[in-house]
Amino acid sequence: MLQDILITGLINSGVYALLAIGFSLIFGVARIVNIAHTAFYMLAAYCFYALLVTAKLDVLVAGILAIVAITALSLLCYKIIIEPVREHQAAVLIATIALATIFQELMQVGFGGHYLGIPSTIGGAFTIGGMSIPWQRVLIIVVAAAMLAATWWLLYRTRLGLAIRATANDREAATLMGMNADRVAMASVAISVALAAVAGVVVAPVFVVDPRMWLAPLVTMLAIVVLGGLGSLKGSLIGALTIGYVEAITVFAVPAGAYLKGAIALSIMIVVLLVRPEGLYGVAFEEER
Amino acid sequence: MYLLRRAWANLKNEILVLPSRVLVALWVLGLALLPVVWPDPYILRIVTMTCLFAIFAASWDLLAGFAGQVSFGHALNFGTGAYASALLAQNLGLSPWITVWVGALVALVIGLATGWLCLRLRGSYLSLATLALPIIVIGVLFAFPNFSGGELGISGLRRLTTSPVGNYAIAAIAMLVSVFAMWLIADSKFGLVLHAIRDDEVAARASGINTTRYKLAVFMLSALFAGVSGALYSHFLRVAGPSTLEVALSFQAVIWGIFGGAATIYGPVAAVFLLYPFTEWLGNFERLSELRLLIFAVTVLVILLFMPRGMVSWVRDKIESVCPRCKARNGAWRRECRLCGAGLHGAFAPARRAP
Repeated sequence: MLQDILITGLINSGVYALLAIGFSLIFGVARIVNIAHTAFYMLAAYCFYALLVTAKLDVLVAGILAIVAITALSLLCYKIIIEPVREHQAAVLIATIALATIFQELMQVGFGGHYLGIPSTIGGAFTIGGMSIPWQRVLIIVVAAAMLAATWWLLYRTRLGLAIRATANDREAATLMGMNADRVAMASVAISVALAAVAGVVVAPVFVVDPRMWLAPLVTMLAIVVLGGLGSLKGSLIGALTIGYVEAITVFAVPAGAYLKGAIALSIMIVVLLVRPEGLYGVAFEEER
Repeated sequence: MYLLRRAWANLKNEILVLPSRVLVALWVLGLALLPVVWPDPYILRIVTMTCLFAIFAASWDLLAGFAGQVSFGHALNFGTGAYASALLAQNLGLSPWITVWVGALVALVIGLATGWLCLRLRGSYLSLATLALPIIVIGVLFAFPNFSGGELGISGLRRLTTSPVGNYAIAAIAMLVSVFAMWLIADSKFGLVLHAIRDDEVAARASGINTTRYKLAVFMLSALFAGVSGALYSHFLRVAGPSTLEVALSFQAVIWGIFGGAATIYGPVAAVFLLYPFTEWLGNFERLSELRLLIFAVTVLVILLFMPRGMVSWVRDKIESVCPRCKARNGAWRRECRLCGAGLHGAFAPARRAP
């Protein structure tokens, strides 16, 4: 049971971290609460399914194509739908909710509402310390770690990353320093959705794919982001590890845990918020008047 | 005769002068005449549901639009109202006429607790934390299926009355009373304080307003109305299930509220009265019923792109204009203000001399 907890927790945390960091990035740079974030994760899983099972492409090609296609789609959505109503926060909010609903319904119409399974893309298992872990699950952990490292590199070692962090910190000052805030926002949307799409593609063979698969991770992801502090990437990572492991422990160690895992994870978030209203690593935003 | 003449004068001078008031009067008249003119049970059922959701949407607006506490978990109050009323009716065998009130009171207490939790949170943190609350409650309900009925919920409740017209009348009266009550609250000094809290809480506190007390009060009021609608809903459908606590329902409230126009009360109500029958009507078509959520979302999105401040606010700005001097509203066709005679539309009009 202990090994189960360790491995499941690590997988959960990896997926959640990919989602939460992307969400945090968009929120930090563009102040958009993107409810459709996990809908892109769902779309990536469907896209991967279509390319792999229906079009019978190679695994690697299908995965990369799916990620690129979904990222391009997100930029299109941002340009057409979010950009025109950017000043109206409430409108942006329900635009993203409506977008997520649209994606869900489109997938429901296109693929049917039932669960779709994707065959394992790599077989075999990896044995460590007397327990075997399917390579498929190891892949999730490895990809998540690699993507997180890449994101860190992008944000802290490149000029684009510097611009993104500067814009997140103070949009006006960044604009005055000659950064194109709109283009930076576009870049962060692309990065963030790409991370979600990667998560969707790697989990698709392990979890089942269905049109409502975006709701559960959405709530968990929001809890993680709030727990860690909105807009803080370090906070999102630590939040993801906390919630990932809490869920794993509840599922394996508590009776009726499968029902309670969400409730316990969210209760932890609320307790943290009561103690620190701006989350673990959140900076208390100045009143934006 | 005097009373009649006075009523006519009131009607003429207070209602007929403004197109928006005429619309509201027509709407109330329509609701009252519906069971006489068109007593089709299916139509009555849809309008009953519309009325209940209208209370729910308006109560969200009171909390989010006026006080700025944008809750993403408003279904919590709806669901606790529904479950509390259903549990009491089922386990103690009480009449629904009593349990609806108790359900609303339970929702009020839960609203107070939510408000207390959310006192220190603001902005997006508040939205996302409130989103979590109904999901926690669902988790707990699922973990104790003997008590809560699990995924099926509590079914076999009694209705308030047996006839469709009776149920419709109860829902419509409850809706009119609650919505007008909320409108009065929002228009009163209390509503003004809520505006102040939303726009600048620090400044409101500096002006000597006990913002904590006001915020708790608005959380309780909003929860009370949402609880009434939830309790009535469960007795109307004769089942209180987990769908009353779903994220989708919370989002639905947000969509109605913002689509209609936040901080207006009548906006969300109008949005429910347009959108809910619209989606039901789409369900009538064989081929469209699968697509109806899709059509709903696309409609909301497209309308929002053109009217980002909400549909009702947009329409109201088209048919009415605000007097630049005394801030009274006027029909868009008038060239001068009906109260102070100042010119509208920037055109100069000499002030009328008092006779």
